[in-house]
Amino acid sequence: MALCGTVSKENFNNIPDLELNPIRSKIVRAFFDNRNLRKGPGGLADEINFEDFLTIMSYFRPIDSTMDEEQVQLCRKEKLRFLFHMYDSDSDGRITLEEYRNVVEELLSGNPHIEKESARSIADGAMMEAASVCVGRMEPDQVYEGITFDDFLKIWQGIDIETKMHVRFLNVETIALCH
Amino acid sequence: MLRAALPLLGLPLAGAGATEEPTQEPGSPGEPPPGLALFRWQWHEVEAPYLVALWILVASLAKIVFHLSRKVTSLVPESCLLILLGLVLGGIVLAVAKKAEYQLEPGTFFLFLLPPIVLDSGYFMPSRLFFDNLGAILTYAVVGTLWNAFTTGAALWGLQQAGLVAPRVQAGLLDFLLFGSLISAVDPVAVLAVFEEVHVNETLFIIVFGESLLNDAVTVVLYKVCNSFVEMGSANVQATDYLKGVASLFVVSLGGAAVGLVFAFLLALTTRFTKRVRIIEPLLVFLLAYAAYLTAEMASLSAILAVTMCGLGCKKYVEANISHKSRTAVKYTMKTLASCAETIIFMLLGISAVDSSKWAWDSGLVLGTLFFILFFRALGVVLQTWVLNQFRLVPLDKIDQVVMSYGGLRGAVAFALVILLDRTKIPAKDYFVATTIVVVFFTVIVQGLTIKPLVKWLKVKRSEHHKPTLNQELHEHTFDHILAAVEDVVGHHGYHYWRDRWEQFDKKYLSQLLMRRSAYRIRDQIWDVYYRLNIRDAISFVDQGGHVLSSTGLTLPSMPSRNSVAETSVTNLLRESGSGACLDLQVIDTVRSGRDREDAVMHHLLCGGLYKPRYRYKASCSRHFISEDAQERQDKEVFQQNMKRRLESFKSTKHNICFTKSKPRPRKASRKKKDGMANMEATNGKPPRDLGFQDTAAVILTVESEEEEDSDSSETEKEDDEGIIFVARATSEVLQEGKVSGE
Repeated sequence: MALCGTVSKENFNNIPDLELNPIRSKIVRAFFDNRNLRKGPGGLADEINFEDFLTIMSYFRPIDSTMDEEQVQLCRKEKLRFLFHMYDSDSDGRITLEEYRNVVEELLSGNPHIEKESARSIADGAMMEAASVCVGRMEPDQVYEGITFDDFLKIWQGIDIETKMHVRFLNVETIALCH
Repeated sequence: MLRAALPLLGLPLAGAGATEEPTQEPGSPGEPPPGLALFRWQWHEVEAPYLVALWILVASLAKIVFHLSRKVTSLVPESCLLILLGLVLGGIVLAVAKKAEYQLEPGTFFLFLLPPIVLDSGYFMPSRLFFDNLGAILTYAVVGTLWNAFTTGAALWGLQQAGLVAPRVQAGLLDFLLFGSLISAVDPVAVLAVFEEVHVNETLFIIVFGESLLNDAVTVVLYKVCNSFVEMGSANVQATDYLKGVASLFVVSLGGAAVGLVFAFLLALTTRFTKRVRIIEPLLVFLLAYAAYLTAEMASLSAILAVTMCGLGCKKYVEANISHKSRTAVKYTMKTLASCAETIIFMLLGISAVDSSKWAWDSGLVLGTLFFILFFRALGVVLQTWVLNQFRLVPLDKIDQVVMSYGGLRGAVAFALVILLDRTKIPAKDYFVATTIVVVFFTVIVQGLTIKPLVKWLKVKRSEHHKPTLNQELHEHTFDHILAAVEDVVGHHGYHYWRDRWEQFDKKYLSQLLMRRSAYRIRDQIWDVYYRLNIRDAISFVDQGGHVLSSTGLTLPSMPSRNSVAETSVTNLLRESGSGACLDLQVIDTVRSGRDREDAVMHHLLCGGLYKPRYRYKASCSRHFISEDAQERQDKEVFQQNMKRRLESFKSTKHNICFTKSKPRPRKASRKKKDGMANMEATNGKPPRDLGFQDTAAVILTVESEEEEDSDSSETEKEDDEGIIFVARATSEVLQEGKVSGE
């Protein structure tokens, strides 16, 4: 970490273990994404300070058992929003087919034997699945623009996110210690 | 040789119903010898296998009879019914033969009846779920079993001291500890049998079931240690013996697991080379897993752990290496064997209970045991859960704990162990046997009967059967990577870090070593899910009729479309929307052949050229020649096109096909819809070159390239170029025909 109190993207590239991660570029971007930092509707910050870092980390907080139903829903929404921002790279509020393809290609980039075509088909298939879940039957004139955040929530309905987006060491209330 | 086998099978030599051979003994000297016997009754020669087969047959028939009545099976778990049947049968045999014939012999049980069940559960254990909850499972298995054993034994001893147990039960503290150790183990067979019908959520199931498997090591160690202490006499036990006992726990469990892993490795390695000898693949799986069991048994290690580890470890590689048919064969054979073994076990349990010469009743002991096992299990579960919840991601709540303590069923393992006791060393054996029988019956019948209503009443979270979706798989992987990355960033070596490291190691070394080269190349979970979904969709598509009729009345012969169940499969979308194409499913055949490769390449290129993302463009041409204002569901064409593409792309990748240009072979176009081409011609005046291609595999896909935004067509055009080169000729042919028929 830089000594000047802020971190930039280059610092992230110095983390050796991150090299092996196929979607590292997206993850690093997520750290600097203004939407995650709650600083704006889109774009990337150049540097983040410790407080911003913790803001990002707060997305991985465990869902406390003492929270009531509404808070749990809110928490869940925040976590899903983080994921949504990762997919939606152009910040237009929709995950379009291109963006989805991009994600799948990156996920499969670790395996050199799966061709790009296959990755694209997988993305297309996933998109169709999403379309059928979100919109159901579509009229012939209807065009499915992309997955909006609400559609995204619909896809995730019923699936347990608590165990998936939680890093264990965050059982401590670090955010409160910021100020 | 048959005679030698008989004791092993627990069948009395005197044979139930054995009849003498009717061949006449040579009569008194002087009489002429008897003539050739036309018919000889050779019972003795077939007795042993015949009886075995007969028992299995009876068990299976019993199962059929039970399932005839839905109402009964929904209320009463099968294991109950089988035990009761066993009781009845035992009573009959007892009445007829005046002595108890068939028993649950420990030898048979441990060597033949238990391995299939354990193998089946180990092989089909969801490994991700298992390892996610490994901490909880191990805690319950080790700490829980130890706690149960000691507290139950001590409590029973206390009961005896208090005089509630009749003095004729001559047992000391060690004897009671021994008894406690064998009665406290949760039994995998019983748990499986009961939980299978209850469908609680997976976490709960895996914890209870995992516990029942892993506690075998603890049970084995405790049993052996206590047994040898009893034999040595309690006065001779020294401090080092206690230490040795503790050490043997580690040796037994880790040794058993190691044996299992070695055999898993061997199995995976061997299946890598069985490409030409596919027929022996299922055999290999069973043999090596069974060998793991026997080896561990031979070395006095935990055999159940060995088989479980073998199944868990080898599954991934074996499934990748063996052929599809072998996979099915393995799956069904395992399930059949396990089910059969389970049935026999429960029946024999029932029968064995009838033999009253083997047991002696003492009310104090029996009631005390019943009470203590329930009480101490509940207490143990509560304490351990409280500790575990400090560390778990998803805490186990009270309802889970109730189900866990109630679901701690005892079964045949306890019974077999108690029968194995040496009566000379342990004079109270008969009382123990009676108690064990009562306990087992109680847990299986009473607890088995009541657990379903209990689960419903407590509103336990049931297992949600998610159909696997591509989205879910993708997101899961994304999450894994994100979490691993976050852990990397923070420098914390947590669970995800280690799992990630393991997967890297596996990918680099293990999989390369153990997987067949062709399987290794495209081994990827996302890919697998995609592949399976495609197959599933395609199969369901065929099942539902193959031909799909569009809903607007058109002059195409096909089957009436049936209302399909609401599923989000692409095929059903196609069907419901009434697109009238049918896919040539020969494409799915994964048999490699030159023809396949050619076709695949062609399809691949065609589809690559054809597809337009439906999210941007409207396909404005329809498949049939209809008037312009009747809009067909052209967008559904795109669905089906995409589906086709999915099929093609995974198929071509599976066969590692590279792009080659080859001439299309015109297939037998039995279902060619030529009208589409004509229509396409009619609705847009563009030359056929830029238009959709004819897929000579009888799928007409006619998405035209007249775009609203020209810029986006560039993407397609690149692929168009490749495709156009060899198709143009065919297209024009078809167009000509089309023109003729379309008017």
